[in-house]
Amino acid sequence: MLSALLSHDRPASRLLAALLVAIVVGLAFAPFLFPGAKSLSVAAKILVFIVLVASYDLLLGYTGIVSFAHTMFFGIGAYGVAIALARLGPGWGAVALGVALALALSLVLSFVIGLFSLRVRAIFYAMITLAVAAAFQTLASQLSDLTGGEDGLSFKVPEALTPGFSLADAPFLGVSLDGRLLSYYLLFFAAAALFLVMLRIVNSPFGRVLQAIRENDFRAEALGYRTVVYRTLSNVLGAGFATLAGALLALWLRYNGPDTSLSFEIMLDILLMVVIGGMGTMYGAVVGATLFILAQSYLQDLMRIAGAALGDLPAAGGFLAALLSPDRWLLWLGVLFVLSVYYFPAGIVGRLRARAAAAKP
Amino acid sequence: MEAPAVAPAPEALPKVRTDLLPLLLVPLLALAAAPLVGSFPTWVTLTVAGIAMGLIIFIIASGLTLVFGLMDVLNFGHGVFIALGAFLATTVLGGMADWTASQSLAANLAAIFAAMAVAMAVAGAVGMAFERVIIRPVYGQHLKQILITMGGMIVGEELIKVIWGPQAIPLPLPAALRGAILIGDAAVEKYRIVAVVIGLAVFAAIFWVLSRTKAGLLIRAGVQDREMVEALGYRIRRLFVGVFVAGSALAGLGGVMWGLYQQSVIPQIGAQVNILIFIVIIIGGLGSAGGSFVGALLVGLLANYAGFLAPKVALFSNILLMVLVLLWRPQGLYPVAKR
Repeated sequence: MLSALLSHDRPASRLLAALLVAIVVGLAFAPFLFPGAKSLSVAAKILVFIVLVASYDLLLGYTGIVSFAHTMFFGIGAYGVAIALARLGPGWGAVALGVALALALSLVLSFVIGLFSLRVRAIFYAMITLAVAAAFQTLASQLSDLTGGEDGLSFKVPEALTPGFSLADAPFLGVSLDGRLLSYYLLFFAAAALFLVMLRIVNSPFGRVLQAIRENDFRAEALGYRTVVYRTLSNVLGAGFATLAGALLALWLRYNGPDTSLSFEIMLDILLMVVIGGMGTMYGAVVGATLFILAQSYLQDLMRIAGAALGDLPAAGGFLAALLSPDRWLLWLGVLFVLSVYYFPAGIVGRLRARAAAAKP
Repeated sequence: MEAPAVAPAPEALPKVRTDLLPLLLVPLLALAAAPLVGSFPTWVTLTVAGIAMGLIIFIIASGLTLVFGLMDVLNFGHGVFIALGAFLATTVLGGMADWTASQSLAANLAAIFAAMAVAMAVAGAVGMAFERVIIRPVYGQHLKQILITMGGMIVGEELIKVIWGPQAIPLPLPAALRGAILIGDAAVEKYRIVAVVIGLAVFAAIFWVLSRTKAGLLIRAGVQDREMVEALGYRIRRLFVGVFVAGSALAGLGGVMWGLYQQSVIPQIGAQVNILIFIVIIIGGLGSAGGSFVGALLVGLLANYAGFLAPKVALFSNILLMVLVLLWRPQGLYPVAKR
């Protein structure tokens, strides 16, 4: 039963299995285990990013395509929900309409980009997506009537998801049963379902073809698979799941702007999560997203303390402080990224699986 | 009995037909824009601006496209050298304030050339280190190459922020180069003329090196068929490092010129220009220096015309141009053999 749910793609390492169980249990009972607004937000962010990173892994890890436009699709999903709710007022119909329109736009856009650039060389794709994503980001801030420009859009979500809504008067296990809790569990089950669907996709015959293309596209073509079709499909699928992740993010935040869903920094975060977790395994997305967002949410405070402490030192301390200030967070991310691509290409999941495989006689 | 047939004397190799069609696109675009712009002086102003911008872009793009052609290395970190050049220019020109403030053209140009020399030297040196640390370990692995050079780009940009600060730094033109001169009714900014002259000089130098020197011959041969050149006993790696350093230095030079063109410098300048450069080398055909020249001019001209005629469309004009070119020639204007 469990094996069928996981599409027979088992963690294949006891340590990894334990880690995954811990993450799933932690996320499933986050409101009860870690009460507090900040920890709940962190947990919700982890959920959204698990879906987003898994959808990116479908492209990068399974098909071997580097795209820099993944945040564009993420943003389309978030803006779709945001614009629909801001224009039509809070209601489930507006949410559905926003998601549907965003999904349609993403699918068409990814199909066109894919058809264009994947036809020639996979390397074109990285460059073209970079250009398209940059243009889209500018467009989103230019069309301020629709998107709210740089300020973004704040909007009301359907009433059942607002903090004011309450399921029961008495708190359950010390947690009040309000709309926030409800939206958290909406996110949780949606993310779990989307993740399992993606796990199913990569373990299907279709997914095997994608991996064959990643390993050797020439040979895959020779075996009779039309690689362009498979690459484009993988691209469209990845874009679709990213759009849904964006919609979930907007529903949770009740706000969307360029910095929350479109910025290039998020693209870098996604890349890092995929690489840290392990390219080419869906479980890598879970591990990578969880560890990264925990670090991002709690390590930056540490950096601030370290930077402030060093700031008191004269001369050389000033430069060190500049290096350690929280504004330079991205610098350390970049260094970490380069080092992990060099020395840790299989990521955490790959390492754990290799260890487990080596332990077996 | 007949004597064995004597092999016919080898004929001279058929002359390679130069493909002039893409080159014609540039004047065609300029002429097509003329009736749309309407007034002739405005058209002259826009065209000069477009050519100046195109030449600056070409200076930056030429190194990147050759690096790709020679070793199949696509350097997403190329933008770092542009930003580095531009920021070095702020420091050098800031330090030579007496020279830039004086009304004498010679002193102004000397200051600019000093800035360019420093930018090229530093960018070239950093390029050598970048090649050694970032690129060499991942030769031949496209996926990792893209990821690693992107990582290098981010680290470089952040280091620039650490050194020069994250805010925009103004980079005013030297006194004698400010303002415009009138040619007929058309106002042409002085700096753009300087940019065109320098750009054409660099283009001529690159063209001369590529077509008249042995190193250039080897580079062109290496782009065509790397293994054959290696089999003939040349060390293509060493050649590649040379091209990479030269390309980085040119990006630094382009950064100085771009910074002066914009008259202010922000750390994100590298990433912004990088996108333009990618479009240019895709249009031109990856690996082709001549193609990137045509592509750069097209992008520069179109950006200026579109910015004047329909500012909202200008954002997408480059991407639209790329799509049209790829529809016509899927491998770019000048496809490089074997790619």
